[in-house]
Amino acid sequence: MKKALIAAAAGALVVAGCASMKEMDAKYDAEVVQWMKRDFHARGIATMDRLDQDEVQRVCTQYDNKPPEAMAKQIEAGEMKKIKLPSDGKYMGDWKAGQKIAQRGRGMTWRDKPGSTNGGSCYNCHQLSTAELSFGTIGPSLNQFGKKRGYTVANQKYVYEKIYDSKAFTACSNMPRLGLSGTLTEQQIKDVTAYLMDPNSPVNK
Amino acid sequence: MRKSLTTLAVACAAFLATSAFGQTPEEVKKGVEQYREMLELGNPAELYALKGEALFKKKRGPKNASLEQCDFGKGPGVLKGVYAEMPRYFADTGKVQDLESRLVTCMVQLQGISEKDATKRPFGNADKPSENEQLVAYIVSQSYGDPINIKLDNPKMKEAYEIGKRLFFYRAGPWDFSCATCHAEENTRIRLQDLPVLSSPAGAKAAMTTWPAYRVSNSQLKTMEWRINDCYRQMRFPEPNFISDSVIALTTYLAYTANGGVYKGPGIKR
Repeated sequence: MKKALIAAAAGALVVAGCASMKEMDAKYDAEVVQWMKRDFHARGIATMDRLDQDEVQRVCTQYDNKPPEAMAKQIEAGEMKKIKLPSDGKYMGDWKAGQKIAQRGRGMTWRDKPGSTNGGSCYNCHQLSTAELSFGTIGPSLNQFGKKRGYTVANQKYVYEKIYDSKAFTACSNMPRLGLSGTLTEQQIKDVTAYLMDPNSPVNK
Repeated sequence: MRKSLTTLAVACAAFLATSAFGQTPEEVKKGVEQYREMLELGNPAELYALKGEALFKKKRGPKNASLEQCDFGKGPGVLKGVYAEMPRYFADTGKVQDLESRLVTCMVQLQGISEKDATKRPFGNADKPSENEQLVAYIVSQSYGDPINIKLDNPKMKEAYEIGKRLFFYRAGPWDFSCATCHAEENTRIRLQDLPVLSSPAGAKAAMTTWPAYRVSNSQLKTMEWRINDCYRQMRFPEPNFISDSVIALTTYLAYTANGGVYKGPGIKR
């Protein structure tokens, strides 16, 4: 009896301990944003509202980028609705201009001037043309993208949409939403689409 | 010293001569690695440490005192191994402090310099390094060979670790980035730069045992506060305040994850 009581008391302590650990976790979760708002300052175009998470960022942080499937589907559908397709119905621009955008990593930092032309930073994470040896590997290789997938209008549209808002296809993709965030213009997205989808682009050679 | 600088110049020339087009990515990467190895023979961080030592021992400020009696956690005047145990909790300030924060405390307390003046120019440039950078180079060099040993034996340290961990995974900004976007997957790189997985002990050790470091691309010694500042710039966030609790919390998370790694800094980076 005495033993059982001790065991029960110990059990209760463990449960209480777990509960308080959970409480502490929740407290820390809630405090992170407060810490950042206290400890960061706006500089240039990098304003303080950038610290506020939108729904996608909040869910992806909360679920360590692996949200439950239903939630992921809901995010993807919601993001798909945010995509603005080109007004003239054409997805392809100039692949040569697209190459420059893919190479350029500047833009959106506190050092960049308002209204300056942003790059797409594509090579930071992807292999594209094999002529460029300095490429990153956070994203998959996109070499031969059009050639492998087929030069169809449906694929052009997919590439345009993926660049505009990657989260419409993968809820917690590492890739920025380059159209939605205002990083790239409609024409720039068309140019990068052409870089991936034009048969004459070095990406497809 | 002169000999090592000559070695450095030869290494640079050798690297430039071999960095022609027509190489495979593996060859390019190997060339960069060779270049880094050769640089380690003549790390210009030594120059920063020498200047930092002179600055540390110089009587300055309204109190005309040196920093020699500064307490970095092992008692006034002790420098050996202190960096390997920072950030740590300091009872006199009631705060978790990193090295750069503690240096400011000592300038204020020992030398009578105002906090505003002590934090006016934490990061210099190639033409004019900051005093912070020189002092940091000196102090960290006194922990060479010491194992990183961060203890969460205080509620404030535990809090710093827990908040730091959450900062690491917090996605925000126009590009949806967190620290983990670039530093949570094995064998990835940006352009040709390998990315350590900082949430794992191996990756955290690789980074925390070699920072602060002389950075060849900046021709300058860069501190840990700068490293985190520049990551946030590239993450497209607003700017973190110098020696703020958030930066120190993130450093605490990284340093604790690196526990056991033997400190080899100041290092040298691309």
